[in-house]
Amino acid sequence: MIEAVNVTKCFGENKVLDQISVKFETGKCNLVIGQSGSGKTVLMKCLVGLFEIDKGKVMFDEKVLSRMSFEEMKLVRQDIGMLFQGGALFDSMPVEENVMFPLSMFTDQSLSERRDRANFCLSRVNLKDANKLYPSEISGGMKKRVAIARAIAMNPRYLFCDEPNSGLDPKTANVIDNLIKEITEEYDMTTVINTHDMNSVVEIGDNVFYIHNGKLWWQGDKESILNSDNKELNEFVFATELTKKIKSAL
Amino acid sequence: MKNFLIEIGRYVKLMRLVFKRPEKQSIYFKQILIEIENLGLDSLGIVVLISVFMGAVLAIQMAFNLDTPLVPVYTIGYATRQSVVLEFSPTIISLILAGKVGSRISSEIGTMRVTEQIDALEIMGINSATYLIFPKIVACLFFNPILIMISILVANFGGWAAGSLTGMVPSAEFIYGVKAFFEGYDVFYSLVKTVVFAFLIVSISGYHGYYTKGGALEVGESSTKGVVHSSIAIIVFNLVLTNIMLS
Repeated sequence: MIEAVNVTKCFGENKVLDQISVKFETGKCNLVIGQSGSGKTVLMKCLVGLFEIDKGKVMFDEKVLSRMSFEEMKLVRQDIGMLFQGGALFDSMPVEENVMFPLSMFTDQSLSERRDRANFCLSRVNLKDANKLYPSEISGGMKKRVAIARAIAMNPRYLFCDEPNSGLDPKTANVIDNLIKEITEEYDMTTVINTHDMNSVVEIGDNVFYIHNGKLWWQGDKESILNSDNKELNEFVFATELTKKIKSAL
Repeated sequence: MKNFLIEIGRYVKLMRLVFKRPEKQSIYFKQILIEIENLGLDSLGIVVLISVFMGAVLAIQMAFNLDTPLVPVYTIGYATRQSVVLEFSPTIISLILAGKVGSRISSEIGTMRVTEQIDALEIMGINSATYLIFPKIVACLFFNPILIMISILVANFGGWAAGSLTGMVPSAEFIYGVKAFFEGYDVFYSLVKTVVFAFLIVSISGYHGYYTKGGALEVGESSTKGVVHSSIAIIVFNLVLTNIMLS
Protein backbone atom coordinates (compact mmCIF):
# COMPACT_ATOMS: atom_id res chain seq x y z
CA MET A 1 0.00 0.00 0.00
CA ILE A 2 1.11 3.55 -0.71
CA GLU A 3 -0.06 6.32 1.56
CA ALA A 4 0.29 10.07 1.25
CA VAL A 5 -0.34 12.09 4.41
CA ASN A 6 -0.97 15.84 4.19
CA VAL A 7 1.29 16.19 1.16
CA THR A 8 1.89 19.83 0.26
CA LYS A 9 4.01 21.03 -2.62
CA CYS A 10 4.68 24.61 -3.72
CA PHE A 11 6.59 26.01 -6.67
CA GLY A 12 7.59 29.45 -5.44
CA GLU A 13 4.40 31.18 -4.36
CA ASN A 14 2.22 28.72 -6.25
CA LYS A 15 0.75 25.98 -4.01
CA VAL A 16 0.22 23.05 -6.40
CA LEU A 17 -0.71 20.40 -3.83
CA ASP A 18 -2.53 21.36 -0.65
CA GLN A 19 -2.52 18.83 2.19
CA ILE A 20 -3.44 15.79 0.15
CA SER A 21 -4.03 12.58 2.09
CA VAL A 22 -4.74 9.40 0.13
CA LYS A 23 -4.31 5.64 0.45
CA PHE A 24 -3.62 3.58 -2.66
CA GLU A 25 -4.60 -0.05 -2.13
CA THR A 26 -2.63 -3.09 -3.26
CA GLY A 27 -4.00 -5.22 -6.09
CA LYS A 28 -6.26 -2.43 -7.29
CA CYS A 29 -6.16 0.25 -9.95
CA ASN A 30 -6.10 3.56 -8.10
CA LEU A 31 -7.03 6.35 -10.50
CA VAL A 32 -6.18 9.98 -9.85
CA ILE A 33 -8.34 12.17 -12.03
CA GLY A 34 -8.60 15.90 -12.53
CA GLN A 35 -8.33 18.63 -15.11
CA SER A 36 -5.07 19.43 -16.83
CA GLY A 37 -2.97 21.49 -14.43
CA SER A 38 -4.82 20.25 -11.36
CA GLY A 39 -1.63 18.75 -9.88
CA LYS A 40 -1.93 15.06 -10.81
CA THR A 41 1.54 14.72 -12.31
CA VAL A 42 3.09 16.71 -9.46
CA LEU A 43 1.38 14.38 -6.98
CA MET A 44 2.73 11.34 -8.80
CA LYS A 45 6.26 12.78 -8.93
CA CYS A 46 6.01 13.56 -5.20
CA LEU A 47 4.88 9.98 -4.53
CA VAL A 48 7.89 8.48 -6.32
CA GLY A 49 10.33 11.02 -4.89
CA LEU A 50 11.15 12.88 -8.10
CA PHE A 51 9.89 16.06 -6.40
CA GLU A 52 10.66 16.83 -2.78
CA ILE A 53 7.52 17.55 -0.80
CA ASP A 54 7.31 20.69 1.35
CA LYS A 55 5.07 19.21 4.05
CA GLY A 56 3.58 15.81 4.90
CA LYS A 57 4.94 12.36 4.15
CA VAL A 58 4.72 9.54 1.63
CA MET A 59 4.84 5.93 2.83
CA PHE A 60 5.52 2.78 0.86
CA ASP A 61 4.24 -0.10 3.01
CA GLU A 62 4.88 1.87 6.23
CA LYS A 63 8.34 3.07 5.11
CA VAL A 64 8.55 6.85 4.94
CA LEU A 65 10.08 7.93 1.62
CA SER A 66 11.30 11.35 2.73
CA ARG A 67 13.31 9.87 5.62
CA MET A 68 15.18 7.43 3.39
CA SER A 69 18.84 7.87 2.51
CA PHE A 70 19.96 8.03 -1.12
CA GLU A 71 20.84 4.32 -1.07
CA GLU A 72 17.58 3.28 0.65
CA MET A 73 15.61 5.29 -1.90
CA LYS A 74 17.45 3.50 -4.71
CA LEU A 75 16.40 0.15 -3.27
CA VAL A 76 12.73 1.16 -2.99
CA ARG A 77 12.83 2.46 -6.54
CA GLN A 78 13.90 -0.92 -7.81
CA ASP A 79 10.41 -2.05 -6.74
CA ILE A 80 8.77 0.75 -8.72
CA GLY A 81 7.74 0.62 -12.35
CA MET A 82 6.66 3.85 -13.97
CA LEU A 83 5.02 4.63 -17.26
CA PHE A 84 5.67 8.23 -18.24
CA GLN A 85 3.32 10.37 -20.28
CA GLY A 86 5.63 10.33 -23.32
CA GLY A 87 6.94 6.82 -22.69
CA ALA A 88 10.45 8.09 -21.79
CA LEU A 89 12.05 5.26 -23.74
CA PHE A 90 15.80 5.51 -24.22
CA ASP A 91 16.31 6.82 -27.76
CA SER A 92 19.69 5.20 -28.17
CA MET A 93 18.42 1.67 -27.56
CA PRO A 94 16.13 -0.57 -29.59
CA VAL A 95 12.88 -1.81 -28.03
CA GLU A 96 14.33 -5.06 -26.71
CA GLU A 97 17.28 -3.33 -25.02
CA ASN A 98 14.93 -0.79 -23.46
CA VAL A 99 13.00 -3.60 -21.79
CA MET A 100 16.16 -5.49 -20.84
CA PHE A 101 17.84 -2.37 -19.40
CA PRO A 102 16.65 -2.65 -15.75
CA LEU A 103 17.43 -6.38 -15.81
CA SER A 104 20.95 -5.70 -17.07
CA MET A 105 21.43 -3.11 -14.36
CA PHE A 106 20.10 -4.97 -11.35
CA THR A 107 20.20 -8.70 -12.01
CA ASP A 108 22.91 -11.22 -12.76
CA GLN A 109 20.84 -12.93 -15.43
CA SER A 110 22.57 -14.10 -18.59
CA LEU A 111 21.85 -12.38 -21.90
CA SER A 112 19.53 -15.19 -23.02
CA GLU A 113 17.59 -15.06 -19.72
CA ARG A 114 17.21 -11.30 -20.01
CA ARG A 115 16.15 -11.63 -23.63
CA ASP A 116 13.57 -14.27 -22.69
CA ARG A 117 12.19 -12.03 -19.95
CA ALA A 118 12.06 -9.05 -22.31
CA ASN A 119 10.26 -11.11 -24.94
CA PHE A 120 7.82 -12.36 -22.32
CA CYS A 121 7.06 -8.79 -21.19
CA LEU A 122 6.70 -7.62 -24.78
CA SER A 123 4.34 -10.49 -25.59
CA ARG A 124 2.42 -9.61 -22.40
CA VAL A 125 1.70 -6.20 -23.91
CA ASN A 126 0.87 -7.77 -27.27
CA LEU A 127 3.95 -6.44 -29.01
CA LYS A 128 5.74 -8.71 -31.43
CA ASP A 129 8.31 -8.20 -34.19
CA ALA A 130 9.34 -4.82 -32.81
CA ASN A 131 12.39 -5.93 -30.81
CA LYS A 132 14.97 -4.43 -33.11
CA LEU A 133 13.14 -1.18 -33.82
CA TYR A 134 14.18 2.09 -32.20
CA PRO A 135 11.67 4.28 -30.31
CA SER A 136 11.70 6.79 -33.18
CA GLU A 137 10.50 4.03 -35.53
CA ILE A 138 7.38 2.97 -33.60
CA SER A 139 3.95 4.56 -33.04
CA GLY A 140 2.73 6.31 -29.88
CA GLY A 141 0.65 3.30 -28.82
CA MET A 142 3.58 0.96 -29.32
CA LYS A 143 5.81 3.27 -27.28
CA LYS A 144 3.34 3.12 -24.39
CA ARG A 145 3.28 -0.66 -24.59
CA VAL A 146 7.07 -0.88 -24.64
CA ALA A 147 7.14 1.47 -21.65
CA ILE A 148 4.71 -0.82 -19.79
CA ALA A 149 6.84 -3.85 -20.72
CA ARG A 150 9.90 -2.07 -19.35
CA ALA A 151 8.00 -1.04 -16.22
CA ILE A 152 6.96 -4.62 -15.43
CA ALA A 153 10.27 -6.27 -16.42
CA MET A 154 11.53 -6.30 -12.83
CA ASN A 155 8.20 -7.52 -11.37
CA PRO A 156 7.63 -4.26 -9.48
CA ARG A 157 5.44 -4.03 -6.40
CA TYR A 158 4.31 -0.53 -7.30
CA LEU A 159 3.26 0.67 -10.75
CA PHE A 160 2.76 4.34 -11.61
CA CYS A 161 1.21 5.37 -14.91
CA ASP A 162 1.05 9.01 -15.91
CA GLU A 163 -1.76 9.43 -18.44
CA PRO A 164 -1.18 6.03 -20.05
CA ASN A 165 -3.64 6.55 -22.88
CA SER A 166 -3.24 10.21 -23.71
CA GLY A 167 -2.89 10.70 -27.45
CA LEU A 168 -4.15 7.22 -28.24
CA ASP A 169 -7.24 6.22 -30.19
CA PRO A 170 -10.12 4.85 -28.04
CA LYS A 171 -9.52 1.23 -29.06
CA THR A 172 -5.80 1.27 -28.24
CA ALA A 173 -6.52 3.23 -25.06
CA ASN A 174 -8.91 0.49 -24.02
CA VAL A 175 -6.31 -2.20 -24.69
CA ILE A 176 -3.77 -0.31 -22.56
CA ASP A 177 -6.30 0.16 -19.72
CA ASN A 178 -7.24 -3.50 -19.63
CA LEU A 179 -3.61 -4.51 -19.81
CA ILE A 180 -2.77 -2.40 -16.76
CA LYS A 181 -5.75 -3.84 -14.92
CA GLU A 182 -4.73 -7.41 -15.79
CA ILE A 183 -1.11 -7.05 -14.68
CA THR A 184 -2.16 -5.23 -11.51
CA GLU A 185 -4.34 -8.15 -10.46
CA GLU A 186 -2.00 -10.82 -11.78
CA TYR A 187 1.09 -9.52 -9.93
CA ASP A 188 -0.83 -8.00 -6.98
CA MET A 189 0.73 -4.59 -7.53
CA THR A 190 -0.22 -1.24 -6.08
CA THR A 191 -1.06 0.70 -9.20
CA VAL A 192 -1.57 4.45 -9.37
CA ILE A 193 -2.82 5.91 -12.63
CA ASN A 194 -3.16 9.56 -13.57
CA THR A 195 -5.81 10.18 -16.16
CA HIS A 196 -8.49 12.54 -17.35
CA ASP A 197 -10.03 9.92 -19.56
CA MET A 198 -13.52 8.98 -18.29
CA ASN A 199 -13.46 5.72 -20.26
CA SER A 200 -10.51 4.59 -18.12
CA VAL A 201 -12.40 5.51 -14.97
CA VAL A 202 -15.40 3.43 -15.97
CA GLU A 203 -13.26 0.53 -17.22
CA ILE A 204 -10.71 0.10 -14.46
CA GLY A 205 -11.37 2.59 -11.65
CA ASP A 206 -11.34 0.42 -8.52
CA ASN A 207 -10.54 3.51 -6.47
CA VAL A 208 -10.94 6.98 -7.89
CA PHE A 209 -9.50 10.20 -6.45
CA TYR A 210 -10.55 13.56 -7.88
CA ILE A 211 -8.00 16.37 -7.52
CA HIS A 212 -9.26 19.92 -7.93
CA ASN A 213 -7.10 23.04 -7.47
CA GLY A 214 -4.43 20.98 -5.74
CA LYS A 215 -6.84 19.49 -3.18
CA LEU A 216 -8.39 16.06 -2.85
CA TRP A 217 -11.96 16.97 -3.71
CA TRP A 218 -13.67 13.60 -3.85
CA GLN A 219 -12.90 9.90 -3.61
CA GLY A 220 -14.90 6.78 -4.43
CA ASP A 221 -15.05 4.16 -7.16
CA LYS A 222 -16.25 3.75 -10.75
CA GLU A 223 -19.83 3.10 -9.61
CA SER A 224 -20.21 5.97 -7.17
CA ILE A 225 -18.59 8.55 -9.45
CA LEU A 226 -21.58 8.44 -11.81
CA ASN A 227 -24.04 9.16 -8.99
CA SER A 228 -22.10 11.73 -7.03
CA ASP A 229 -23.68 15.07 -6.20
CA ASN A 230 -20.32 16.83 -5.99
CA LYS A 231 -20.72 19.87 -8.26
CA GLU A 232 -17.08 20.25 -9.38
CA LEU A 233 -16.74 16.51 -9.94
CA ASN A 234 -19.89 16.42 -12.06
CA GLU A 235 -18.67 19.37 -14.12
CA PHE A 236 -15.50 17.41 -14.81
CA VAL A 237 -17.07 13.99 -15.38
CA PHE A 238 -19.97 15.17 -17.50
CA ALA A 239 -18.14 17.88 -19.42
CA THR A 240 -18.82 16.54 -22.93
CA GLU A 241 -22.08 16.16 -24.83
CA LEU A 242 -21.54 12.41 -24.97
CA THR A 243 -21.19 12.00 -21.21
CA LYS A 244 -24.16 14.32 -20.63
CA LYS A 245 -26.29 12.11 -22.87
CA ILE A 246 -25.06 9.01 -21.06
CA LYS A 247 -25.96 10.56 -17.72
CA SER A 248 -29.47 11.44 -18.86
CA ALA A 249 -29.90 7.87 -20.12
CA LEU A 250 -28.83 6.41 -16.76
CA MET B 1 27.51 36.97 -7.82
CA LYS B 2 24.85 35.17 -5.76
CA ASN B 3 23.67 33.25 -8.83
CA PHE B 4 27.25 32.34 -9.70
CA LEU B 5 27.80 30.88 -6.22
CA ILE B 6 24.50 28.97 -6.43
CA GLU B 7 25.61 27.52 -9.78
CA ILE B 8 29.00 26.53 -8.35
CA GLY B 9 27.24 24.87 -5.40
CA ARG B 10 24.94 22.91 -7.70
CA TYR B 11 27.91 21.92 -9.87
CA VAL B 12 29.85 20.59 -6.85
CA LYS B 13 26.74 18.75 -5.65
CA LEU B 14 26.32 17.14 -9.07
CA MET B 15 29.98 16.11 -9.18
CA ARG B 16 29.58 14.42 -5.78
CA LEU B 17 26.70 12.42 -7.26
CA VAL B 18 28.67 11.63 -10.42
CA PHE B 19 31.50 10.06 -8.44
CA LYS B 20 29.27 7.80 -6.33
CA ARG B 21 29.82 4.06 -6.66
CA PRO B 22 28.34 2.76 -9.97
CA GLU B 23 25.51 0.22 -9.73
CA LYS B 24 27.05 -2.39 -12.02
CA GLN B 25 30.61 -1.98 -13.19
CA SER B 26 30.32 -4.12 -16.33
CA ILE B 27 27.57 -1.85 -17.68
CA TYR B 28 29.67 1.22 -16.96
CA PHE B 29 32.71 -0.33 -18.67
CA LYS B 30 30.60 -0.91 -21.78
CA GLN B 31 29.34 2.68 -21.58
CA ILE B 32 32.91 3.99 -21.33
CA LEU B 33 33.82 2.13 -24.53
CA ILE B 34 30.76 3.57 -26.29
CA GLU B 35 31.70 7.09 -25.15
CA ILE B 36 35.32 6.63 -26.28
CA GLU B 37 33.93 5.96 -29.73
CA ASN B 38 31.35 8.76 -29.64
CA LEU B 39 33.42 11.48 -28.00
CA GLY B 40 36.97 10.44 -28.87
CA LEU B 41 37.24 8.48 -32.10
CA ASP B 42 34.57 10.59 -33.77
CA SER B 43 36.68 13.69 -33.04
CA LEU B 44 39.83 12.28 -34.62
CA GLY B 45 39.10 13.60 -38.11
CA ILE B 46 38.53 17.20 -37.08
CA VAL B 47 41.53 17.14 -34.73
CA VAL B 48 43.84 15.88 -37.49
CA LEU B 49 42.49 18.38 -40.03
CA ILE B 50 42.83 21.38 -37.73
CA SER B 51 46.24 20.29 -36.44
CA VAL B 52 47.83 19.85 -39.85
CA PHE B 53 46.73 23.31 -40.99
CA MET B 54 47.59 24.85 -37.60
CA GLY B 55 51.14 23.46 -37.82
CA ALA B 56 51.52 24.57 -41.43
CA VAL B 57 50.40 28.13 -40.70
CA LEU B 58 52.63 28.29 -37.61
CA ALA B 59 55.69 27.21 -39.58
CA ILE B 60 55.05 29.72 -42.35
CA GLN B 61 54.50 32.53 -39.83
CA MET B 62 57.68 31.58 -37.96
CA ALA B 63 59.62 31.54 -41.23
CA PHE B 64 58.19 34.94 -42.17
CA ASN B 65 59.00 36.52 -38.79
CA LEU B 66 62.42 34.90 -38.28
CA ASP B 67 63.73 35.74 -41.73
CA THR B 68 67.05 37.15 -40.49
CA PRO B 69 70.60 35.83 -40.69
CA LEU B 70 70.93 36.33 -36.89
CA VAL B 71 68.56 33.43 -36.15
CA PRO B 72 69.43 29.92 -37.34
CA VAL B 73 66.88 28.40 -39.74
CA TYR B 74 66.28 25.36 -37.54
CA THR B 75 64.72 27.77 -34.97
CA ILE B 76 61.59 27.70 -37.12
CA GLY B 77 61.16 23.97 -36.46
CA TYR B 78 62.00 24.42 -32.80
CA ALA B 79 59.57 27.33 -32.30
CA THR B 80 56.82 25.53 -34.19
CA ARG B 81 57.23 22.45 -32.00
CA GLN B 82 57.29 24.46 -28.79
CA SER B 83 54.21 26.48 -29.76
CA VAL B 84 52.33 23.32 -30.70
CA VAL B 85 53.32 21.35 -27.60
CA LEU B 86 52.92 24.09 -25.04
CA GLU B 87 49.85 25.90 -26.28
CA PHE B 88 48.29 25.19 -29.64
CA SER B 89 47.55 21.48 -29.33
CA PRO B 90 46.39 21.30 -25.70
CA THR B 91 44.50 24.61 -25.60
CA ILE B 92 43.24 25.26 -29.11
CA ILE B 93 42.27 21.65 -29.73
CA SER B 94 40.57 21.52 -26.31
CA LEU B 95 38.60 24.65 -27.26
CA ILE B 96 37.58 22.96 -30.50
CA LEU B 97 36.56 19.87 -28.52
CA ALA B 98 34.61 22.06 -26.10
CA GLY B 99 32.52 23.08 -29.11
CA LYS B 100 32.17 19.64 -30.65
CA VAL B 101 32.04 17.33 -27.65
CA GLY B 102 30.56 19.86 -25.18
CA SER B 103 27.55 20.71 -27.32
CA ARG B 104 26.94 17.02 -27.97
CA ILE B 105 27.00 16.20 -24.25
CA SER B 106 24.77 19.12 -23.21
CA SER B 107 22.19 18.50 -25.90
CA GLU B 108 22.16 14.72 -25.39
CA ILE B 109 21.67 14.93 -21.62
CA GLY B 110 19.36 17.96 -21.94
CA THR B 111 17.11 16.10 -24.37
CA MET B 112 17.03 13.13 -22.01
CA ARG B 113 15.99 15.50 -19.22
CA VAL B 114 13.12 17.16 -21.10
CA THR B 115 11.81 13.83 -22.44
CA GLU B 116 11.79 12.37 -18.89
CA GLN B 117 14.42 9.73 -19.74
CA ILE B 118 16.48 10.89 -16.75
CA ASP B 119 13.41 10.58 -14.52
CA ALA B 120 12.94 7.05 -15.91
CA LEU B 121 16.52 6.19 -14.89
CA GLU B 122 15.96 7.61 -11.41
CA ILE B 123 12.72 5.67 -10.98
CA MET B 124 14.53 2.46 -11.84
CA GLY B 125 16.87 3.17 -8.92
CA ILE B 126 19.79 4.19 -11.11
CA ASN B 127 21.97 7.15 -10.15
CA SER B 128 21.39 9.06 -13.40
CA ALA B 129 24.23 11.52 -12.79
CA THR B 130 26.77 8.70 -12.52
CA TYR B 131 25.27 6.71 -15.37
CA LEU B 132 25.20 9.62 -17.80
CA ILE B 133 28.25 11.71 -16.91
CA PHE B 134 30.84 9.41 -15.31
CA PRO B 135 31.54 7.27 -18.45
CA LYS B 136 31.90 10.45 -20.51
CA ILE B 137 34.42 11.88 -18.05
CA VAL B 138 36.47 8.68 -18.00
CA ALA B 139 36.34 8.38 -21.80
CA CYS B 140 37.58 11.95 -22.30
CA LEU B 141 40.21 11.76 -19.57
CA PHE B 142 41.54 8.66 -21.28
CA PHE B 143 41.18 9.61 -24.94
CA ASN B 144 41.77 13.38 -25.07
CA PRO B 145 45.48 13.00 -24.21
CA ILE B 146 45.72 10.53 -27.11
CA LEU B 147 44.03 13.06 -29.38
CA ILE B 148 46.42 15.77 -28.25
CA MET B 149 49.47 13.58 -28.83
CA ILE B 150 48.20 12.85 -32.32
CA SER B 151 47.57 16.57 -32.78
CA ILE B 152 51.17 17.40 -31.77
CA LEU B 153 52.57 14.88 -34.22
CA VAL B 154 50.32 15.94 -37.07
CA ALA B 155 50.88 19.67 -36.46
CA ASN B 156 54.63 19.19 -36.62
CA PHE B 157 54.16 17.20 -39.79
CA GLY B 158 52.02 20.03 -41.18
CA GLY B 159 54.74 22.54 -40.32
CA TRP B 160 57.39 20.40 -41.96
CA ALA B 161 55.25 19.89 -45.09
CA ALA B 162 54.43 23.60 -45.40
CA GLY B 163 58.07 24.64 -44.90
CA SER B 164 59.35 22.07 -47.37
CA LEU B 165 56.69 22.54 -50.03
CA THR B 166 56.98 26.33 -50.03
CA GLY B 167 60.76 26.13 -49.88
CA MET B 168 60.82 28.47 -46.86
CA VAL B 169 62.49 25.94 -44.53
CA PRO B 170 64.72 23.11 -45.75
CA SER B 171 63.43 19.75 -44.60
CA ALA B 172 66.60 18.78 -42.69
CA GLU B 173 66.71 22.11 -40.85
CA PHE B 174 63.08 21.84 -39.79
CA ILE B 175 63.52 18.25 -38.55
CA TYR B 176 66.65 19.24 -36.66
CA GLY B 177 64.73 22.12 -35.04
CA VAL B 178 61.85 19.88 -34.04
CA LYS B 179 64.27 17.53 -32.28
CA ALA B 180 66.41 20.29 -30.70
CA PHE B 181 66.39 21.04 -26.95
CA PHE B 182 63.54 18.59 -26.29
CA GLU B 183 62.24 18.61 -22.70
CA GLY B 184 59.94 15.80 -21.60
CA TYR B 185 58.41 18.15 -19.03
CA ASP B 186 56.87 20.21 -21.85
CA VAL B 187 54.87 17.19 -22.99
CA PHE B 188 53.95 16.39 -19.38
CA TYR B 189 52.72 20.00 -18.95
CA SER B 190 50.72 19.68 -22.15
CA LEU B 191 49.10 16.43 -21.02
CA VAL B 192 48.25 17.78 -17.57
CA LYS B 193 46.47 20.71 -19.23
CA THR B 194 44.67 18.32 -21.57
CA VAL B 195 43.39 16.15 -18.73
CA VAL B 196 42.16 19.17 -16.75
CA PHE B 197 40.49 20.65 -19.83
CA ALA B 198 38.86 17.30 -20.65
CA PHE B 199 37.34 17.17 -17.17
CA LEU B 200 36.11 20.76 -17.46
CA ILE B 201 34.52 20.18 -20.88
CA VAL B 202 32.57 17.08 -19.85
CA SER B 203 31.59 18.16 -16.34
CA ILE B 204 30.45 21.67 -17.29
CA SER B 205 28.58 20.55 -20.41
CA GLY B 206 27.09 17.64 -18.48
CA TYR B 207 26.02 20.00 -15.70
CA HIS B 208 24.18 22.30 -18.12
CA GLY B 209 22.51 19.36 -19.83
CA TYR B 210 21.52 17.70 -16.56
CA TYR B 211 19.74 20.76 -15.20
CA THR B 212 17.90 21.63 -18.42
CA LYS B 213 14.29 22.64 -17.85
CA GLY B 214 11.64 23.14 -20.52
CA GLY B 215 11.77 21.99 -24.13
CA ALA B 216 13.71 22.18 -27.37
CA LEU B 217 14.56 25.87 -26.94
CA GLU B 218 16.05 25.28 -23.50
CA VAL B 219 18.06 22.30 -24.79
CA GLY B 220 19.62 24.68 -27.32
CA GLU B 221 20.33 27.21 -24.57
CA SER B 222 21.95 24.53 -22.42
CA SER B 223 24.09 23.44 -25.31
CA THR B 224 25.28 27.01 -25.91
CA LYS B 225 25.93 27.57 -22.19
CA GLY B 226 27.85 24.29 -21.99
CA VAL B 227 30.18 25.35 -24.82
CA VAL B 228 30.62 28.97 -23.65
CA HIS B 229 31.18 28.14 -19.98
CA SER B 230 33.57 25.27 -20.64
CA SER B 231 35.53 27.47 -23.08
CA ILE B 232 35.81 30.22 -20.45
CA ALA B 233 36.88 27.66 -17.85
CA ILE B 234 39.56 26.33 -20.24
CA ILE B 235 40.97 29.82 -20.77
CA VAL B 236 41.02 30.59 -17.04
CA PHE B 237 42.54 27.24 -16.06
CA ASN B 238 45.08 27.59 -18.86
CA LEU B 239 46.43 30.69 -17.15
CA VAL B 240 46.31 29.09 -13.71
CA LEU B 241 48.08 25.88 -14.80
CA THR B 242 50.66 27.77 -16.83
CA ASN B 243 51.42 29.93 -13.84
CA ILE B 244 51.72 26.92 -11.54
CA MET B 245 53.71 24.66 -13.85
CA LEU B 246 55.93 27.01 -15.83
CA SER B 247 56.63 29.94 -13.55
